[in-house]
Amino acid sequence: MTETLAFSSEAMKKYEWLLTRYPTRQAALLPTLRIAESEFGELGVPQMRYVADLMEIPPALVFGVVTFYTHYRRAGVGTYHLQVCSTLSCALRGAGDVVQRITERLGIGTGETSECGLFTLSKVECLGSCDTAPVIQCNDDYHEGLSLEDVDALIQQLRDEAGKGSA
Amino acid sequence: MSFRKIFTQHIHEEKCHSLSFYQKNGGYEQARKSLHDWQPDDLIETVKAANLRGRGGAGFPTGVKWGFVPKNTDKPKYLAVNADESEPGTFKDRLIMEKNPHLLLEGIIISCKAVGIHHAYIYIRGEFVFAANRLQNAIDRAYSEGILGENCLGSDFTLDVTLHRGAGAYICGEETGMLSSLEGDRGQPKLKPPFPAVEGLFGCPTVVNNVETLANLPYILEIGAEAYGKIGPEKSPGPKLFCVSGHVEKPGVFELPMGISLRTLIDEHAGGVWKGRKLKAVIPGGSSAHVLRADECDVDMDIESLAAAGTMLGSAGVIVMDETTCMVDALLNIMRFYHHESCGQCTPCREGTGWLEKIAHRIAIGEGRMEDMDLVTEVCDRMVGKTICALADAAAFPAESIVNKFREDFVAAIENGGSPAWIKRHPASTGGAATHV
Repeated sequence: MTETLAFSSEAMKKYEWLLTRYPTRQAALLPTLRIAESEFGELGVPQMRYVADLMEIPPALVFGVVTFYTHYRRAGVGTYHLQVCSTLSCALRGAGDVVQRITERLGIGTGETSECGLFTLSKVECLGSCDTAPVIQCNDDYHEGLSLEDVDALIQQLRDEAGKGSA
Repeated sequence: MSFRKIFTQHIHEEKCHSLSFYQKNGGYEQARKSLHDWQPDDLIETVKAANLRGRGGAGFPTGVKWGFVPKNTDKPKYLAVNADESEPGTFKDRLIMEKNPHLLLEGIIISCKAVGIHHAYIYIRGEFVFAANRLQNAIDRAYSEGILGENCLGSDFTLDVTLHRGAGAYICGEETGMLSSLEGDRGQPKLKPPFPAVEGLFGCPTVVNNVETLANLPYILEIGAEAYGKIGPEKSPGPKLFCVSGHVEKPGVFELPMGISLRTLIDEHAGGVWKGRKLKAVIPGGSSAHVLRADECDVDMDIESLAAAGTMLGSAGVIVMDETTCMVDALLNIMRFYHHESCGQCTPCREGTGWLEKIAHRIAIGEGRMEDMDLVTEVCDRMVGKTICALADAAAFPAESIVNKFREDFVAAIENGGSPAWIKRHPASTGGAATHV
């Protein structure tokens, strides 16, 4: 598995550029993991090993960094990662109902992935968008000021986007 | 002098984030002057005289902080811009970065000229993908127009700016945690001293400034320290972004003079408590601040006034709770946050935040005991001031104030078999159900 992983030439160029922006190689680790995330789709053990080999830093260090942070796309996450902000301002304005609605519609609890592999549901901490609570971050995008109907519409839209109908 | 908005005056215009719009409205003129006409020491003295105080939470005088950086050093110096904006209830820096990114870059140029810095890193939280793209586009434009890079704005000054995305960790908003993260490590804070001004990023002298703090600089140079010092209260002057969220009709970011009254902010600017309900509690400065009861809300929103009221301005993240809010649930929510975000280095924080969450949880599900309220205070006493960074304090301050100011909610939950929300979900429960998620 490890042998088949490699950055595209474009990604490699980005990586080489990153190295010019920092006085130490390790400082480029967080942004390099972002490149790996977008190149490989997720950060599992083989992807972390690839980055460690590329940057000539210990795999344990890469693993320690990836697992310290919550926002990297780890192995096994569905196509759409529904991250529901559950911190106080969102909780005061219905984040709990949003989580419950998603659970009802998709049959998954927090931390679970739907059988079709499309959706993973997570509760996350403050997304810094408290004025538009409740908020979901789906992959990179914020969906703000959500009513329960908006939640339904979002799920439908994502299903359509994935071309899987109402799977 | 009438109050002029400097961050938000144009945010409703479609192209407000573009370089051409910014320059049409006088953008980069103060950076140009600072590069061509100002001496570094004069810039530092001006910012000291303006009494600009950090907008990230601690409120430290910016000019004084700059003055701590050694002048004669062989090492490179760095600026680390704190754009982590992770304090619950805070969403102001995001607005600047999305709507007014060149204002931040202009502030960066001025501060770097003042301190003799040639490389600035902007540490933006990983979740802010849209803001990061906006900011990167602004940086790219500034490079291509000769505003950044070699010979900035036609001067002999060189300045590089690198945007660095975080990856989801509250602790990276703490300055030394942020520096660890910038160095490619887990975002674990470091002991101080040495302070970053002497030994910070990559072991070199480093200034750490918040986005909003830096965005004040062009205005200070434009109107002068004296005029700036007259906006709001003498000890913490200036225009300020206040974030209001929770149970109000119109949540949002409001740009007002420092020292506006909390009541005016909530009732006039944020449209008042929603649904015609009564106010119950307010967190005035992000979730790390001591909570205020409704009868304590006649206070001005500035550093000194809020300190005198036993709380803090912090990041100016105002979270409003109406009369239906159960403060046991609020405590549980906040403690879950800090327990999740504790980096785990220091035992009092790692264990203490866990205990606070557990105690709040058992009260919320009807397994609480009357002595739990004193236990919260006791746990807090063993956390505050006993750790490398202030995360333990940030958990203890809301915990002790919520329990001590809203004892009636805790007594009710202990006597009635849980918080009202818990009882509603589990009507037959006599407490202790194992199904709570």
